[in-house]
Amino acid sequence: MASTPRTQALTGAEAVRRTLEGGRVDWASRAFEASLVALLVLTLGVLAWLLTVVFVNGMPVLADRGFDFLTSPLNSQAGAAGVSQAIVGSLSLMLFVALISFPLGIGAAVYLEEYARDSWFTRLINTVVRNLAGVPSIVYGLLGLAVFVVALADFTGGRSLVSGGLTMAILVLPIVIITSAEALRAVPDAIREAAFGVGATRWEVVRSHVLPYAAPGIFTGTILSMARAFGETAPLILVGAVIGGFNVQYNGVVETLQGRYTALPTTVFDWARKPASFSGNVYAAILVLIVVLLLVNALAIYLRNRFERRW
Amino acid sequence: MTASSSAQPPTRLSLGDLRGSPARRRRELSVRLLFLAAATVSILVSFLIIVSLAGEAWNFISQIDLPLLIERGWFPRRDLYSIHTIVAGTLTVAGIGMLVAIPLGLGAAIYLSEYASPRMRRTVKPILEVLAGIPSVVLGYFALQVISPTIVDPICPGSTQGFNMAAAGIGVGILITPLIASVAEDAMYAVPRSLREASYGLGARKRTTSLKIVFPAAISGIVAALILGLSRGIGETMVVSIAAGATGGSLFSVNPCEPGQTMTAAMTALATGSDQVRGATLAFPSLFFVGLLLFAFTLALNLIADRFVRSMRIRY
Repeated sequence: MASTPRTQALTGAEAVRRTLEGGRVDWASRAFEASLVALLVLTLGVLAWLLTVVFVNGMPVLADRGFDFLTSPLNSQAGAAGVSQAIVGSLSLMLFVALISFPLGIGAAVYLEEYARDSWFTRLINTVVRNLAGVPSIVYGLLGLAVFVVALADFTGGRSLVSGGLTMAILVLPIVIITSAEALRAVPDAIREAAFGVGATRWEVVRSHVLPYAAPGIFTGTILSMARAFGETAPLILVGAVIGGFNVQYNGVVETLQGRYTALPTTVFDWARKPASFSGNVYAAILVLIVVLLLVNALAIYLRNRFERRW
Repeated sequence: MTASSSAQPPTRLSLGDLRGSPARRRRELSVRLLFLAAATVSILVSFLIIVSLAGEAWNFISQIDLPLLIERGWFPRRDLYSIHTIVAGTLTVAGIGMLVAIPLGLGAAIYLSEYASPRMRRTVKPILEVLAGIPSVVLGYFALQVISPTIVDPICPGSTQGFNMAAAGIGVGILITPLIASVAEDAMYAVPRSLREASYGLGARKRTTSLKIVFPAAISGIVAALILGLSRGIGETMVVSIAAGATGGSLFSVNPCEPGQTMTAAMTALATGSDQVRGATLAFPSLFFVGLLLFAFTLALNLIADRFVRSMRIRY
C-alpha cells in the first residue's frame, strides 16, 4: 500500500475493503440501504404523525375539561359529553374476559402442552385454535349476536353487558391459549423430569414445577391479550354496545349485567360519525384509549423483562 | 411400595404396588378431565361459529332470487343485495392496503434482519409493536381526518366529503404493516447464519446476500406474512366503517377515489341500524351471509398461510 497520508489514516479492514472494491463507490448498494432506511423511517414517521395529531387535538379538550371529561356520561352536547360510562363499561368487559377466558385458556394450554398425546384429536385442537386466532373479530361479534343476544336472550337479557363480556371472552380465548402454550413450552423438560423422578404425578409436576416457572410468560400473554380486547370495537357494535346515549340507573348486580352498556372504543366510533363539534372529544377519547393501552403494554414488557428467566 | 410388608423381601412388584393411593389417582383423573374440557371449548366455539353463521345464511340464500346477487348495488334498505359490490369494495381496500404495507413491511423487515445493529433491533421492534397495538378505530379516524385531506385529496379530483376507499386502504395498510414486518423478519432471521457466511465467503456484497440468498431462503415465511396481512386487511372493520363512507349503500365501484362498501363495513352498517336489522326484510339474514363469506375467505387464506409457515419450519 502506498503510504500516502490518506491510506495511513485507514484501518486495515477499511484498506482491504477499498482494494477489493476497486476504489469505485457501490452506488446501487448504498441506494438500496438508503431506501430500506427510508421505508423504516416512513413507517415510524407515520406512527409519530398519528400520535402527534392525537395529542395536539386531544390535549386541549383534556386540559380544558380534565376531570369533567373523565367523569361525565354520554351526552348529545359535545361540551357535556364524557367517557365515564365508556370507561366503566370497558373495565367491566375486561373483568369478564379475565374471569372467563384466563382459566379456560390456561387450562386448555396446560392440557395441550402437558397432558395431550400426539393424536388426531390434539392436532385438530391445535389447528382449530390457530385458525380461530386468525378469524376477523367481527365474526366473533356475529357469533355473540346469534348465540348470546338472540338465542340465549332469556339468560343474558339480549344486548347486555353479559352478552358483550362473553363475546369478548371468546374473542380473546385463542390468543390466551397460544401465548400460554408458548410459555409452557419454554420451560425446559429437565424441570419436569426431575419432578417425575422423585415420584410426582403429572398434576403435581405441573402445579409445583411447570406453572410457577411459566407464570411470568403466561402473565405477560394474558395482559397483552386484555390490551387487545380493550381496543376491539367491531364485535361490541354487533352485540349491542350502546351507540348514542343512555342514562339508566341499574339496581343490583343482575340488572346491571343484563342491562345496556357502552365501551371506550365504541364511543370513539360513535363520536367519530358525529359532526365536527365532537372532533375534539373524539381525539380526547382516543388519547385516553391510547394512554391506557400504552400503560398496559409497558407494564407487560416491564414484567416480562423483570421476571424473565434465562435457562 | 406400600403393599409389601417389611418383614419378608417382596417376591414381585406389580404395577398396582407402585400406583399410590386411590385418592391421589382420582384427583389426577379429575384434573386431567378438567383440562381436557377446557381444551374442547375451542372446538365448541368453532362449531358454534359455523353453525350460527350457516343457519341464518341459508335463511338468506334460500329466500333471495339469485340474479339479485349480482344486481346493481348494495342497498339493503331497498332490498338490493349485490354481493359482488361489497366483495369488490373489500378487495379494493385490501389491495391498496397491501400496496402500502408490502414495501413498508418488507423494507423494515429486511433492514432489521440484515442491516440493523442489535441495539437498533432492540429499540425499533418494540416501537413496531406499539404501532401494532393501535386500535383500528383510531386509525380509522386518522384516515378520515388526516390521510384523506392530506394525501388523497391532492391525488383524487373532488372526493365526496373525504370518504373514499383510498384513505381507508392506506389506513388498513398502516395497520397491517407491523404484522407483515414481524412475520417476515422472523422468517429472515431464522435463516441459518451458515448460508450468509458461505455467501460472504464467496465475495458477495451484503445487498446480494440479502436479496439473492436470504430472501429466497425465507420465501415461504415471507409469503405467509403477506397472506396473513391480506387476511387481516380483508377482515378489517373499523377503518373502513369510518373512512370508506357509503353507509347507505353503494354502487359497484373499484375507483379508490370514491366511497365504497366493504363486506365488513356492510355488516357494521346492518348492525347499527344504518340499514335495518330485524323486521320483515332480509337485512338480518344478509348480515350472516356476508359474515359467512368473510369467514370462509379468511379461513382459506389462513390455512394457506399455515401451510407456508409449516414448510418454512421443516426446512431448518
